[in-house]
Amino acid sequence: MSYSRKIKEVIDEADVALFMKGTPQFVMCGNSDRALRALRRAGASVTAVDILPDPQIRQDLSALSGWPTIPQVFVKGELIGGADIIEELESSGELERTLRERLGEDYAAQRDELVVALA
Amino acid sequence: MSADRLKVLLHSAFPDADDLDVVDRTGGGDHFQVTVAAPSLAGLSLVEQHRRVYEALAAPLADGTIHELRIKTKGSA
Repeated sequence: MSYSRKIKEVIDEADVALFMKGTPQFVMCGNSDRALRALRRAGASVTAVDILPDPQIRQDLSALSGWPTIPQVFVKGELIGGADIIEELESSGELERTLRERLGEDYAAQRDELVVALA
Repeated sequence: MSADRLKVLLHSAFPDADDLDVVDRTGGGDHFQVTVAAPSLAGLSLVEQHRRVYEALAAPLADGTIHELRIKTKGSA
C-alpha cells in the first residue's frame, strides 16, 4: 500500500508539517528532537507525522520530497529543510520571518501540536 | 565507511570548495558532520545546497552506510 496520497494531503493542508521519528510527546530520534525544539522556539503550530510505524511511509515521503533523511519540515506545502537547516534558520531569525510571511503575522498567537497517524 | 572516502566523493562534487570537511562524530564510521563552502553553492537556498550534498553522497546514503548526516553548507564568494 502506498502512503503518497495521505502524505501529500498532510503536506498541502498543514501550515507546518513535521515528518519525524516518534511523536512530539515521545520523540525517538535526536534530529527529530532538534527540529521540533527549533519549531517550538519559533512559535510554530506543528502537525507531526510519525514515520516509524511502517518503513513504506519514509520511502514514499522521500520519493515525493526528494529528501533522503528524517526529519523533514514543510511550510504551506514547501520543503523548508531537515534538522540542520531548521536550527540554522531559527537561530538567525529566518524561520520566524518565513513563518510570518507564509502564515501571517499572528501565526504564533495560538500554538498547538497535532499528530496525524498515517498507518 | 571512513570520513576520507566521503571527502573524496565531496571533492569530486565540489571541486571549487574553499572549505570541505568531514568529521566522524562517533568514531563508528556512520555518523558524520559534513561542512562544505563553495562558490558553486552561492545563490542557492539552504534546501538546494543540502540537496547537492545529498546527491554527492547518494550511494553511501542509499546503501545505509551513513546512518546520520549533519550538514553545514555555505555559498562562498
